[in-house]
Amino acid sequence: MKAIVCVKQVPDTSGKVAVNPDGTLDRASMLTIVNPDDMNAVEAALKLKDETGCKVVVVTMGPPPAEGMLRQLMAMGADEGVLVSAREFGGSDTFATSQILAAALNKMGLDPDDVVFCGRQAIDGDTAQVGPQIAEKLGMPQISYVADIHKEGSVIVCKRMLEDGYMMVETQTPCLLTCIKELNQPRYMSILGIKDCYTKPVTVYDYNALKDDPLIDPTTIGLKGSPTNILTSFTPPLKGVGMMLEGTGKSTTDQLVGMLAAKHVI
Amino acid sequence: MALQYTKEQKMLRALVKEFADKEVGPRAAEMDRNESMDPTLLKMLGDLGFMGLGIPVEYGGAGMGMMEKSIVVEELARKDAATAEVMSVHNMAYLAILKHGSEELKQKFLPIAAKGGIAAFALTEPSAGSDAAGVQTTAVADGDDYIINGSKCFISNMGPQEGSFVTVLVSTDPSKGSKGFSAIVVERGTPGFTIGKREEKLGIRAADVSELIFEDCRVPKANLVGAEGKGFGYFMEALDSGRIGMASQALGIAEEALDLSIEYLKVRVQFGKPLSKQQGLQWYLADMGTKVEAARALIYEAASDMDRGDPVGKIAAIAKYYASEIGVQVTDKALQLHSGYGYMRDYPLERMYRDARIIPIYEGTSEIQKIIISRELLK
Repeated sequence: MKAIVCVKQVPDTSGKVAVNPDGTLDRASMLTIVNPDDMNAVEAALKLKDETGCKVVVVTMGPPPAEGMLRQLMAMGADEGVLVSAREFGGSDTFATSQILAAALNKMGLDPDDVVFCGRQAIDGDTAQVGPQIAEKLGMPQISYVADIHKEGSVIVCKRMLEDGYMMVETQTPCLLTCIKELNQPRYMSILGIKDCYTKPVTVYDYNALKDDPLIDPTTIGLKGSPTNILTSFTPPLKGVGMMLEGTGKSTTDQLVGMLAAKHVI
Repeated sequence: MALQYTKEQKMLRALVKEFADKEVGPRAAEMDRNESMDPTLLKMLGDLGFMGLGIPVEYGGAGMGMMEKSIVVEELARKDAATAEVMSVHNMAYLAILKHGSEELKQKFLPIAAKGGIAAFALTEPSAGSDAAGVQTTAVADGDDYIINGSKCFISNMGPQEGSFVTVLVSTDPSKGSKGFSAIVVERGTPGFTIGKREEKLGIRAADVSELIFEDCRVPKANLVGAEGKGFGYFMEALDSGRIGMASQALGIAEEALDLSIEYLKVRVQFGKPLSKQQGLQWYLADMGTKVEAARALIYEAASDMDRGDPVGKIAAIAKYYASEIGVQVTDKALQLHSGYGYMRDYPLERMYRDARIIPIYEGTSEIQKIIISRELLK
């Protein structure tokens, strides 16, 4: 039994965000963190490991330095890492990314009792699409916005959060769950985990490793295979300076109405 | 040679930084006010493996070295010097057992320490401080036991709340002076061993520092560390590590004081511009930054020397002397830069200023460090 977690390295939003001329993010020049929702997915997988002794495999698609993030997750307790990395995969949108990650999961091989965990969404794109797309492409049941998980053998029951309540959903493994921050509190790395994390295996899946999968085709991966076109990226201009009108009398109201009228708001 | 941190050391620093920001910093002011460590925090330190940092894996620890210990103490001290002190003393206090103890002693005490049972180390007595050779506590052999009588004072990590076991320096042969000193492990709760006054202190108030009293305290001979008459050497050896740890504590406090000052000078506007635009104050920052970097270089030089197995007596003393002095100077200057706000208890500098003041005193005063350094220079 495996708990597989798809994770993404995202820009640290407390730092500076840089954009390439083609509108994509200049990831190499930015400080990065593990996508926050993905940390909840990792914690969910580690809890399953604590309960069942299963193996936890963390998977990411990204440039070679993303291995550092996989090591960090191994220091938390993950057993293996898979780094999906190739020039051909660069510039992928959510459609292309899910093609590639689904192919990577095919390559790893899903057993009947495996569970795939994803974060709800990444803080850079905020699409919440990659997890559900992977499940669709693998023909696997999925439960999104998961806030509680119970697994009994091959049956999984989850609490799925909605805007106005929640629903309880039951499904069979193998399945894919997308996790929200209410699910758990991610653990810290441990000292022993740090000591051992560089001795654990990380496998790199390059283009050649995945190219025979029917999901991998030049028209379905990378920037060329991405239906999303970014027309323009820009930093929103700062808003103008606000103005406070002091006073409670009619003259202040008249002043306000006058200003709004002058700007054709009313 | 420029110091290079390993990938694991960088990751360790990231972990401690995150832990200190989230868990230690928010508790620091209250622990200081209450004069007690938060037991939840101590448990977390044990669970995450901090307490077994230098204990070999076969005894339940992580088997890491002085570099890692310095990183941990430095980052903890940024947010709370008392937490850093407990960690630093603990990771020194089991060293005599680790290096010189019998297998039985190691099997018994090291796993306890690795799991978070706090270790202490008792040298100082009312009449034996800087002159460690003045130890008067005695241990007399009686069958399979030693009977210990005497008292120790200002002992860190052993008090009303903390402390599982303490390695005590005793005289087993008063006729031989320090050559008659031995190290014996005493467990908390041993009949005849009581904890006296818990000291009320200027700083590091959350950490237990207490008087230990031994009255016909009977301890099995198996608790002797190494050989009789060798205890003084074991203690002096452990103190080399302790000095680098305490220097790291001073470095952490100084770094945080510097960072707080930089932040404050940028936002505090007086005479129509931020204080950071005043050249006179910029020069203060430059001095503080220079001192912090010099201390860091000395500490990690000493730590890497120790991990390589090189002698560190001189460099550890230099690092301890320098870092502890600049810890006081930098927090003092930072408090001055914050002026009224720095003096108030609502802000962390007031606590940091008090905390920093112990470091030129414990684990060998600055004056003792100068004796060690000059003795090495004149060799």
